[in-house]
Amino acid sequence: MEPTQQITTGTRLDPWIDAYAARTQGLTTSQVRALFAVASRPEVVSLAGGMPFVSALPLDALADTVARLIRDRGAVALQYGSGQGDVTLREQILDVMEPVGIRAHPDDIVITAGSQMALDLVVRVFCDPGDVVLVEAPTYITALSVFSSYQCEVVHVPMDDQGMRPEALREAIASVKASGKRAKLVYTIPSFHNPAGVTQGPARRAEVLEVVRSSGLLMLEDDPYGLLGFDDSVPRAIRADESEGVVYLGTFSKTIAAGLRVGWAVAPHGVREKLVLANETATLCPSNFAQLTISEYLATQPWFDQVKVFRDVYRERRDALLESLSSLMPAGTTWTVPGGGFYSWVTLPHGLDATAMLPRAVAAMVAYVPGTGFYADGQGRHNLRLSYCYPEPDRIREGVRRLAGVIKDELEIADIFGSPEAVAGREGPAAPEPNLA
Amino acid sequence: MSSNIEGHVIVLAGGLSPERDVSLRSGRRVADALRVAGVEAEVRDVDASLLTALVDHRPACVIPLLHGATGEDGAIRDVIGALGIPYVGSGPSACRASFDKPVASALVGAAGVSVPPSVALPHATFRELGATAVLDAVVGRLGLPLMVKPTRGGSSLGASVVRSAAALPSAMVAAFAYGDTALIERFISGTEVAVSVLDDGSGPRALPVVEIVPDGGFYDYGARYTAGATEFFVPARLSPEVLASCAEAAVSVHRVLGLSDWSRVDLIIDAAGIPWFLEVNVAPGMTETSTYPQAVGAAGLDLGALTAGLVAQAIARS
Repeated sequence: MEPTQQITTGTRLDPWIDAYAARTQGLTTSQVRALFAVASRPEVVSLAGGMPFVSALPLDALADTVARLIRDRGAVALQYGSGQGDVTLREQILDVMEPVGIRAHPDDIVITAGSQMALDLVVRVFCDPGDVVLVEAPTYITALSVFSSYQCEVVHVPMDDQGMRPEALREAIASVKASGKRAKLVYTIPSFHNPAGVTQGPARRAEVLEVVRSSGLLMLEDDPYGLLGFDDSVPRAIRADESEGVVYLGTFSKTIAAGLRVGWAVAPHGVREKLVLANETATLCPSNFAQLTISEYLATQPWFDQVKVFRDVYRERRDALLESLSSLMPAGTTWTVPGGGFYSWVTLPHGLDATAMLPRAVAAMVAYVPGTGFYADGQGRHNLRLSYCYPEPDRIREGVRRLAGVIKDELEIADIFGSPEAVAGREGPAAPEPNLA
Repeated sequence: MSSNIEGHVIVLAGGLSPERDVSLRSGRRVADALRVAGVEAEVRDVDASLLTALVDHRPACVIPLLHGATGEDGAIRDVIGALGIPYVGSGPSACRASFDKPVASALVGAAGVSVPPSVALPHATFRELGATAVLDAVVGRLGLPLMVKPTRGGSSLGASVVRSAAALPSAMVAAFAYGDTALIERFISGTEVAVSVLDDGSGPRALPVVEIVPDGGFYDYGARYTAGATEFFVPARLSPEVLASCAEAAVSVHRVLGLSDWSRVDLIIDAAGIPWFLEVNVAPGMTETSTYPQAVGAAGLDLGALTAGLVAQAIARS
């Protein structure tokens, strides 16, 4: 076959393909994301998304709050604001953090567009390409995305049913230092972990903190679920016992409304100054409208009673999930029992691959997030995350029934062909869209 | 711009297939192009309210751009036809034959187009006969490397290139995740091309051949739908004779399967310049990275005007 004499120029359908920064490597469409598109259909029981059940909010009262805000303070709410965030809301956040034991000054707080933005800012001001961040194994998907976007190297630290293991953390830090690499942050979700569902007890927190202190690293404590414990107790934040070595991330996404995108960081003085400047660079200022809506809500509504309503809602759903798992799952399947928060972490029977199984699950009208998304290093093939926060209990039971059938079918396939290994064209971790994170 | 089409056009997109997202993107693009061409067009998902909506607000025509089962296996076209609503594209029986890859390959092969040797096996066969024995027999007959994929479905979902016998079981598992039957075919090495076929009233003709060069060597889902991940050449860097062979093969596939209006035929051109049939799509992708719109542009045609013409043709046909 002779090539044609006609000169043809190829196209990549993206004229900027050679201009993208190196940190965009890996930002590709994936089969997993394609399957999540189906999960958004109502026929599918989605145990994938971490969406708060905002329908439980007093929506009429919120409507009144917003209307009053625009009517009485519209010229402020619709204007630019401070790069550090509204001072009244920062004072109110002190009250919100009182149950987790944090004592601070309003000046210690930087309000951000969700705690995700605070996480981004902390990594932005601390990490150069190649710096190491130590995280739990597994950890929050979109934290991994942030670390990746700043070209950090992620080192996973094994967990047990009490969360991050201190001795493993100590060894990991030593190993990083011995390798000549520069560790910068220890990122942890100590309460009602996403995705593992476990919680560090007081003794474990003290041990982990001691390891971090002795290493000279900064701890990044992410605490979106701390108020959502099902036995009505609130774990004491690590930041409550260490103000200089910990940056604490909080959010109203799980206790009020994720759609308002209001979170915050509590940081030592020097760090806070840089976070404010970085916040101004990134967004000029967090949304005044969203901040003042939250502020009005906190001032006029029994917000902690609403937190108790959320606890009751999520406890009932957690129970529905656990009861269904106990009665329906094939032998060899195990899962964590969360004491709060949104998630249970499931380990499949030997030989099953949660990513490979996802198409079969979506065809059976049930969705989950495969475990590989929660690791930076390809672990997690045998795991998946189930979220119980959004579907009603009956839908959760139906979803688990469908999932159990899928696992049984997959066991049959594995019995025929053995445990699947990576093949050409198989993808690595893939992050779902925000409503699934 | 205005068209001569009276009434509105419904572009069906989405559905419950794993290709839902691709279909929605295809549907939005075609609807936008139609509106620019002066046709009132609306994208509509497929759900339990669809038929009532079609009856209550009867469209002038429907364009099924659902990818995957239901959309491409003829079922939705059967239903639309039962409502007496014109639609663009192939009829149900042609879709059924085209969507099932082994059936399509058999028909196309019988018509003289080269098709890779293959076997289609349900997983029950492996359970009954033992996976190792069956796979050994398959490798013994077809050799290596192999292409493994579900017999139904598109966008390379569940498809793998297998270069060693040891990797074959995993590829089977990946394919069976998307369906109960897997197609194992001899991997043909060569130039990958897509040939868009258009029949706008004067018989099917091939549009310029699009050559596909994915960065990773395999035109998988990411390579198909991530802008920049694949390089395309239009027309393909092939001799005029081979380009003509591609066009002839694609039109032959379109004819032998009884397709209508539009289709896309995927081929591999081997070192000798022979086009090998891989599969045919009765609802070709119309996304920003799909090959059909590229071929349309290379032919000097406008996607909106072309689609409006097919709408008018479908209405006249009914």
